[in-house]
Amino acid sequence: MNSLTKLRPWEKFFWPLISALLLVALWHYSVVWTGTKVFPSPTSVVRGLAQLIHQHVLWKDIADSFRRVAIGYGAAAIVAIPLGLTLGWYPAAYQVVNPVMQILRPISPIAWIPVAIVFFGVGDRPAIFLVFLSAFFPIVVACISGVSLVPPVFRRAGRNFGLSPIQLLARVIFPAALPQILVGLRIALGIAWLVLVAGEMIAVDSGLGYLVIDSRNSGNRYDLVVAAMLVIGLIGLALDIAFRRLEKIPSVRWGFRDAP
Amino acid sequence: MTEVVVAPRLTDAKLQTQGLGMVFQRDGQPISVLEEISLDVADGEFICIVGPSGCGKSTLLNALAGFIAPTSGSVVIDGVAVTGPDPRRILVFQDHGVFPWLTVEGNIGFGLSKLPRVEREKRIAHYVQMVRLQGFEHTYPSDLSGGMKQRLQVARALAVNPDILYLDEPFGALDSITRVIMRGELLRIWQTERRTIFFVTHDIDEAVQLADRVVVLSSRPARVQDVLSIDIPHPRNISSPRYLQLRDELLRQIGLAYDV
Repeated sequence: MNSLTKLRPWEKFFWPLISALLLVALWHYSVVWTGTKVFPSPTSVVRGLAQLIHQHVLWKDIADSFRRVAIGYGAAAIVAIPLGLTLGWYPAAYQVVNPVMQILRPISPIAWIPVAIVFFGVGDRPAIFLVFLSAFFPIVVACISGVSLVPPVFRRAGRNFGLSPIQLLARVIFPAALPQILVGLRIALGIAWLVLVAGEMIAVDSGLGYLVIDSRNSGNRYDLVVAAMLVIGLIGLALDIAFRRLEKIPSVRWGFRDAP
Repeated sequence: MTEVVVAPRLTDAKLQTQGLGMVFQRDGQPISVLEEISLDVADGEFICIVGPSGCGKSTLLNALAGFIAPTSGSVVIDGVAVTGPDPRRILVFQDHGVFPWLTVEGNIGFGLSKLPRVEREKRIAHYVQMVRLQGFEHTYPSDLSGGMKQRLQVARALAVNPDILYLDEPFGALDSITRVIMRGELLRIWQTERRTIFFVTHDIDEAVQLADRVVVLSSRPARVQDVLSIDIPHPRNISSPRYLQLRDELLRQIGLAYDV
């Protein structure tokens, strides 16, 4: 099979399924052969998952996690998109802000946890703050590069048709940069989801991250720990798939390489 | 009773340049690109600009269109000096000029946002028909061929009812068969719409087939080497003795031997 080989429709589902089954089998037999008492087998994880669903804790934790991501990520998008467009549009402003941003950007949002607790105490707010921080920089950076990569031809055509600077931004620069911005938003959502789970292990008493840490703390229930991990993974995947669907919208599809 | 004094117009030219010059700074060194370009163009004339590659044809077109200010001399249209781009004069680019996030309709209607809806739709339908893109109204440019995209760009330009069209090697990126077809289409549109056209090309045949007059630029710094009237009525027979004579004259002016 070389890189040009195209998968047939049924193969697209068949081979991933096989690899997933193999992984589960490997997991199962590793647990059996090593005789570990700590790490759960797939069957006990499934039983744990059923127990979580049965006790109705899972839905509340998922809802709480979603709420925090929605608020933190939404706020980041609302602030970061106009800021990024402005910075991309005015190179002078970019030069002023860029050094500060480059210093803040490589700091893991996790390192902000103590600061977040000092600022916001315990509860939803520090977790939302961490999500906000983690999503903010990828979106700003994507907007800046999106704007700066807009071909000069588009700007000139816009000016030629008599657009004011505001109209040019709204009718030419923004739609031209939108595919890049969407990529930034998607990356930011992935990071936000990662950071949320870490944030929920501290300072809150609900959410999927809390479920992981609480399952260990209250009686070393590693079956529940792994069940919660699985749920986190599946939701992250679902969010990414949902976001990729946006790339198929006709007015942005041109900006993606594998556009049909 | 006061007497109204009307400033005498020097000529009845649509567009006039007087000693137009352009000097760029590169690595601190002044580079003269255009020198002493003086042109008089009548309303409705079809002007082709030819010259050796890199001589400054596009620079001249951009100066005429108001995108760059000349370092000496001026461009005067209808008696008024050009100070910037204007929707009454539209520049058509060689490539990537249409907006990929808008449909055919959206592109043609781009400069018409000030018109009432009904009027705008009528105008769009008219130009869809003129450039023969019926059936593609809701198609995005990524699904159009190169020739269709250029027709779309011409339609978008014509839709705002400009006096002058500047075409910067508009067919330069097309294959040779499409190019010949596009010439015919452009002539047909020009004969029905009668705009003043400036057409930059490096294709001698294209110039002799299209132009009323051909402006021959010298190599850099570009000066007007000659202005050749193409006194053959349309449709032009491209193997008539007069056609071949004019073509050979142009080839000679450019300094090309025609024995390959």
